[in-house]
Amino acid sequence: MTPSLASAEGLLGLLFLVFVLVTVAGALIAVHTRQLIRAVAGLGLCFIGVAGLYYSLGSPFVALMQVLIYVGAVCVTIIFAVMLADPVESPRPAKTAVFFGALAIIASAGIIWALATLGLRTPWKALPGASGQGSVDQLGVSLLTSYSMSFELISVVLLVAIIGSLVLARLGRSKQ
Amino acid sequence: MNILTLGNSLDTYLVIGAVLFGIGLYGIVKRRTFIGMLISAELMLSGASVNFMAFNRFLAPTPVTGQVFTLFIMAIAAAEAAIVLSIIIAVYRNYRSIETNDVVDLKG
Repeated sequence: MTPSLASAEGLLGLLFLVFVLVTVAGALIAVHTRQLIRAVAGLGLCFIGVAGLYYSLGSPFVALMQVLIYVGAVCVTIIFAVMLADPVESPRPAKTAVFFGALAIIASAGIIWALATLGLRTPWKALPGASGQGSVDQLGVSLLTSYSMSFELISVVLLVAIIGSLVLARLGRSKQ
Repeated sequence: MNILTLGNSLDTYLVIGAVLFGIGLYGIVKRRTFIGMLISAELMLSGASVNFMAFNRFLAPTPVTGQVFTLFIMAIAAAEAAIVLSIIIAVYRNYRSIETNDVVDLKG
């Protein structure tokens, strides 16, 4: 079956391709620019693309949370750190830059090839009852029943992280 | 297979997850500042989350397990970013730099 470009399925497919493009382009910007503030902008672009992927996977709630938490909180926190610290990455000495750059590209391309081949070659079998669409209702109910212990634990982890980061940032100040 | 129906197959999402993970790995190897490495680590976490969501959509019998897992990954990533950034600020106060080469005397 080949949906035409004008139909709803065709437009959704086109939108999906745009999201994939945004994700990969944002990730490449995030690792390639010298200015760290541009890297953070690329990271935000990549997260927006990933949110679009989540939406096309049928979970708009997680897509919304992705935009809220990653683009809204994590990127802004990293921007604060970039503004407080020195933002420019000094260039590596030219002799080692080419060698290690090529080594990094080869290693990561190998990892990408291995993981993609593993995913494509394995005959994934859907378990019986795989419906695919998890509504927000089901998500909320299972967060408060099956996963309530993990839910409470993650709250404690976040509290400890907040207090810990405050303590770490304060200790450095009182020493001066 | 039509290019417009790529969003309905599991393989597409697995390849996207692998690509995000590999780009993040490349960034961790190549970046020489702590903030750059943190950005790359977030990319790797995103690749893992895409994989969880794809398996949740296409294979899992209960359709919320992967979503719950992805939400927990988000919370852990937010906590990790807060901790790492406060460590970066503490290091910057003492060394006036966030480059990894300048703090090698912390090595035990």
